[in-house]
Amino acid sequence: MDLQVQQNRTAAPHTNQRSRLKTIGRGLIRDRALYLIASPMLLYFLIFKYVPMWGVLIAFKNYTPFVGFMKSEWVGLEHFYRFFSNEAFILLLRNTLAINFLNLALFFPLPILLSLMLNEARREWIKRTIQSIIYLPHFLSWVVIAGITYLLLSTSDGIINKLLAAAGFAKFDFLTNESVFWLLLTFQSIWKEAGWGTVIFLAAITSVDPQQYEAARIDGAGRLRQMWHVTLPAIRNVIIILLILRVGHMMDVGFEQVYLMMNGAVSNVADVFDTYVYRSGIQQAQFSYSTAVGLFKSIVGVILVVITNRLAKKFGEDGVY
Amino acid sequence: MIRSTTDRLFDGAIIAALVLIGLLMLFPFYYVFVVSFTSPVEYLRKGLVLLPEQWTLTSYRYLLSNNVFIKATGVSAFLATAGTALSLLVTAGGAYALSRKRLQGRRTLLILILMTTLFNPGLIPPYLLVRELHLINSIWALILPVLTSGWYVILMKGFFESIPDELEEAAKIDGASDIGIFWRIILPLSLPSLAAFGLFYAVAYWNTFFFAVLYINKPDLRPLQIVLQQLLIDNSSSSSGEFANQLSGEIQIPTDTLKMAAIMISTGPILLVYPLLQKHFAKGVMVGSIKG
Repeated sequence: MDLQVQQNRTAAPHTNQRSRLKTIGRGLIRDRALYLIASPMLLYFLIFKYVPMWGVLIAFKNYTPFVGFMKSEWVGLEHFYRFFSNEAFILLLRNTLAINFLNLALFFPLPILLSLMLNEARREWIKRTIQSIIYLPHFLSWVVIAGITYLLLSTSDGIINKLLAAAGFAKFDFLTNESVFWLLLTFQSIWKEAGWGTVIFLAAITSVDPQQYEAARIDGAGRLRQMWHVTLPAIRNVIIILLILRVGHMMDVGFEQVYLMMNGAVSNVADVFDTYVYRSGIQQAQFSYSTAVGLFKSIVGVILVVITNRLAKKFGEDGVY
Repeated sequence: MIRSTTDRLFDGAIIAALVLIGLLMLFPFYYVFVVSFTSPVEYLRKGLVLLPEQWTLTSYRYLLSNNVFIKATGVSAFLATAGTALSLLVTAGGAYALSRKRLQGRRTLLILILMTTLFNPGLIPPYLLVRELHLINSIWALILPVLTSGWYVILMKGFFESIPDELEEAAKIDGASDIGIFWRIILPLSLPSLAAFGLFYAVAYWNTFFFAVLYINKPDLRPLQIVLQQLLIDNSSSSSGEFANQLSGEIQIPTDTLKMAAIMISTGPILLVYPLLQKHFAKGVMVGSIKG
């Protein structure tokens, strides 16, 4: 096939195009079974991913279901102006960024630290057991995690408060307290995902050549120095990639987590873009306005990924793409 | 090998720290487990139970005789089995076709799929689409919009690429068709990868919550997580708290032991499958992403 394409290149552009089409057509016929196998997936992406991308245009319209998508009138950036001049905007931005920065500072380093520790555990069965335990919460639903949180922390029946009371301390109001809400979310994320986060680092660590440790040992490096000079550089690229992806999600906060942990007392610190979109879009049916809010969020996310990726490449790392 | 004292100290410290972390992460599970088997009377009397005097199944019995709970478990079980089977088939089919280098338009299709992982149209456009398709209050609203994912397709494609081409050629010479090769050779060879992704899909379907909040209003179609939320979290608000009240009202047991039993039942299937599949998932997922 390659040969044919090469020959065509030397021919006149007109015939070139025609025989190229012919080659493509022949490929389509030859591999029709493969296209058939792939067709449900292709249909899925077309309908459930690309139609909504097109649907994003209602952010620039006044969409009303009765009039329909095509006939709704264009209003330009009106919904965006309305959102940016809304006082909720600053609040949502603050909460979203605060929760994400806390995650970046407290959560992000933990899987790295955990995988370094697991890698150093010389007893295989202990390593395996700990891995099984710390992976497990990843598979629980946010409903169950939130439910357990309530059962552990509620003022009346929570075991933590029962222990505090038994030790003679005052009970602490964890669940309806603005000042600890962000930390509470961070701890939930740590319990649920920190263990699972080690999977990718541990996989990267297994690709380290054992001879490097040998060499380091001969040079007199202790275990800590081997960790620092051999293991850590080996997973540096994975760390950078995950950091880029994380920054790309700076505008996202797990919707289910916040939705389930939110209550009247903490709504000031708990409301984030996603919960706001849900409220204004689904509950109040302001479709165009909420789509504009969501679109703003997505665009900022894409820009953040592109910028961090550029920066990573500038410093000589691989980046995501 | 001679081990220095600092080396041995280092080992000890690492092991101790890991064991401590493991215990801390395990404690919530332990507590939920223990209280779910405590008799309601004992729980009320002692207030703080770390080891019950008597193990009972009272809370489980009440939950498992409750219609709402059973029905919701059925819905989730259907999602987890039918949904997972469909998702695996769609993902594997697409990933296999894309893993064949001779496929025309392969690069374009891959780029189009990658784009969907980068840009997210948000909540409202997909919601309106599901509404337009008349899928509201249909179980398919919980399956079709999440049938596959760009990430999984790309990871699985990496896995299929690691299967040597000669296998396909040999089968072709023996007269096998593309579909025959996929079904009888490639899929059986990919069982570890299918097991891993199957687990991920099954867990995701079993844990379906938010999409059910969006798309399901019919009580009969409520999946387990919705009923759990009403039982575990929402019992302060009047409307959905009625389920918890209705349960504890008629049966006189503290909702706490009930709640813990509900958590145990809802995580039970995951706890059962997890050890069987655990050895596969790191391998099944990593082949494509890191080394591929």
